[in-house]
Formats: sequence, C-alpha cells, structure tokens
Amino acid sequence: MDSSTGIEARGLVKSYGEQPALRGIDLSLGRGQTLVCFGPNGAGKTTLLKILATLMKPSAGSVRLGGLDSRKDPVKIRRMVSLVGHQTFLYDDLTVDENLRFYGRMYAVPELERRIGEVADRMGLKSRRRDRVGTLSHGLQRRAALARACLHDPAFFCLDEPETGLDPGAAGIVGEWLAGIKEAGRTVVMVTHDLARGLELGDSIIVLHRGEICFQSPREAIKAADFPGIYNDCITVGGSQGAG
Amino acid sequence: MLARVWAIYRKDLLQELRTKETVVAVLVFALLVLVIFSFAVGDNIAADAAPGILWVALSFGGVIGLNRTFAVEKENARLEGLMLCPVDRAVIYWGKLAGSFTFMLVLAVVITPVFLALFNLPVFLPRLALIIVLAVLGFASVGTLFAALAVNTRARDIMLPILFLPVVAPVIIAAVKATAPVLAAAPWGELATWLEILIAFDVIFLVVGTLVFEFVIEE
Repeated sequence: MDSSTGIEARGLVKSYGEQPALRGIDLSLGRGQTLVCFGPNGAGKTTLLKILATLMKPSAGSVRLGGLDSRKDPVKIRRMVSLVGHQTFLYDDLTVDENLRFYGRMYAVPELERRIGEVADRMGLKSRRRDRVGTLSHGLQRRAALARACLHDPAFFCLDEPETGLDPGAAGIVGEWLAGIKEAGRTVVMVTHDLARGLELGDSIIVLHRGEICFQSPREAIKAADFPGIYNDCITVGGSQGAG
Repeated sequence: MLARVWAIYRKDLLQELRTKETVVAVLVFALLVLVIFSFAVGDNIAADAAPGILWVALSFGGVIGLNRTFAVEKENARLEGLMLCPVDRAVIYWGKLAGSFTFMLVLAVVITPVFLALFNLPVFLPRLALIIVLAVLGFASVGTLFAALAVNTRARDIMLPILFLPVVAPVIIAAVKATAPVLAAAPWGELATWLEILIAFDVIFLVVGTLVFEFVIEE
C-alpha cells in the first residue's frame, strides 16, 4: 500500500437525515503534514475526522488516503489510520495491557508484547499496565487511548481534541507524543479549539463553519496575532476566504 | 479472520468473567421463570406445558443477554473502536455471535437440569442437548444481528424484543416442537422434521447475518 500521497478529499458531503453536517469539503494534505481544523461546535469537524478514518461513509464525495479510495479499500485504509476521539474506545473492566492486547490482535500487530511495552512506556503507563482502565484517572485513560491509537504504528492520525481536559502533566506527555508523531513523518489531521496550540502544530489550517470550509491557508501565511480575528470574522460571517 | 473472531470472543468472555453482570441477571431471571411456572402449572398439564416453559425461560433470558452484547460496546464508543479495526464487518458479527452463543449455552446448561428436576423429568437427555445447541445457534445468529440494529436506537431494551422475537419465532416454535417428543421419550422420527427446520434456520440466519451485518452496523 502506498502512503506517499497523504490525504485527498473531494466534494465531501454528509447529512444526518435532513440535517447537513458537511457541505462539499475539498482537502489536500501531503504526506507527513499536519492539518489543523478549527471551528465552533456543530461545524462538522468530528464528522470530517470520522469520514477520513472510514468510520463513517460520506453521503457524497470521495476520500483517498495513501492513494487508496475509502469506498473501495476501507479495510486497507483502517490498517494505516488511527482515530483518537473524545472517548477512549477502551474497556473499563479490562486492564491497560488486556485492552492493548485486544486491539493489537485486531490489528495483527507483529511482536505484540514488545510493542505493548513500548507504547505503554512512551505514554508513561509502565506502572499501571495491570490496572483496570476504569480505575485510572481521566488523564491516564487518555494516555492509554493514545497508546491504543499508536499501537499499530499508523501513517495517518485523526485526532479530535487530544489535549482537551488534561492536567499539565498529562498534557505535557500528549504534547511530546504529538511532536514525536510529527517528527516521525506521520500525517495528522487534528481538531482543536485552542487557536495558539493549533497554529503551533499545523502546517495547514482550516476553519469549518456550518459544514463548509470558511478559511483555508498554509500556516506560514498566517500571522499568529491576526488569527483570532480571522477566526471570529470567519465564524461570524461564514464566508470563504483564505490567506494563501 | 479466525484470529480476530477469537480476539473479540476472548475479550467478551474475559469482560463477562470480570463483571458477571449479564450472566447473574439472566440466570436469576430464567430460574425465577422456571420456579414460578413449576408452581403455577398443575401436574396434569405439566407434560404438555413443559417444553414451552423451558423455551420461554431460555428465550427471554437470552434476549436480556443479547441486549448487553452490543450495549457494552456502545459505552465509551467502543463500537467505534471495533469498527475502526481493519477487519471485515463479518468478523465483528462472528465474534459477537460466538459470545452470545456461549452465553446462552451456559444459561441452558444451568437451567435445563433445574427444569428437568422441577418437572420430574429424566435428567439424562442427550437429544435435548442437540436441540438446545441447534436452537441456541439460530437464536444467537439472528439475535446478534438485531442486537446490533437495536443498539443505535434510543429505547434499545424495548426495541430488541419487538424486532427480534417475531423473526426468531420459527426457531423457538421448532425448538418447542422438537423438545416435546424428547421429553415424552418418543422415537427420533417424531422430532426429525423439527430438527431439520432448526438446521435450515441456522444456515439461513448465519448466511444472512454474515451478509447484512455490515449494513446493520454502519450508521
């Protein structure tokens, strides 16, 4: 499978019954790039991530990840992609190790035990591996969720507010992890409400509003000081604009 | 594929062994049904009613268990985690089906001897075991499908029996009809037709379940 071509979405439309969530999204993201997506609640950010991760099918339009069409090769795409959502996807009554082992088997991760040790260590979970997930704090559960997300060493990450609600210690570990996957050349689409943090991490920036991209620009074309104003104008007016 | 089916099955089993949430609730319910019926039904009609009573206890207990099969995946968006795994949707179906099948067999293994004792029936009935295995397979195969369908509805506890029981009725009827001659120690010929019906339904439900599960589980 070819993961050299990054992510390409064309004319993505998604409706929930009569309610449109996405109204024709076009995206292009090179391999190893990070796209940060901003937008108010209900803008369609999570829907976009779910479609990119093949968790949801678009009502219209197409998505290609690593050169593969998400309608034709969803299983192959799932092998290369990881979604970190608001919830952990973990089983409270199983231990961290058991959860990772289960997902590792589902992804057919080679040398699973070694890999579990590796990702658990990286997330600072070494001493908590035998603890049931339900007994862990929110921050530790988020870290366990990230360990699950990178267990199969995906080329693409879809991250839905990965740093939200974490204490400074946990946020530091997640921040390091984010820097690590960026450095390792992974392609990332990240949703966040933190404008400064998003600008810090992104190579490309989009703002979604009512299911449409109302602002799209390479990061280097945006002055950090101007961005809060741009964002507010964008979600107030909702018009299409771009800095480059 | 089998390794992934096994992974889901093992995970479900491990989780149930830890919590015992479903098995305890269902066993208590099914045993209560048997005990109440054993008091309610007079000796003169017990022989006629007994097969129905066994399958009422197994069916309603099974529905409660099936409800939990996907309810547990709905919590914490685990179903999304499962659906993100690089496996055919049929793998999820077979993994969950294996769990439901085992769970219902455990239920049957516990309540059938109690049933036989309460209704003064012989305890060693290998033909009844065969009927139970076949009927439970049909029940679990279609039940897994409907449990996945119901889990995305708001009133899933009510929706599952409403949707599922009419569809699985042929399996329950065939099981009741096949159980009656076994309890009466009748020859094989009297239950052969019902066994064939059970086998036919098992095959149909397993094939249909495997094929349509993808459409049921997708939003």
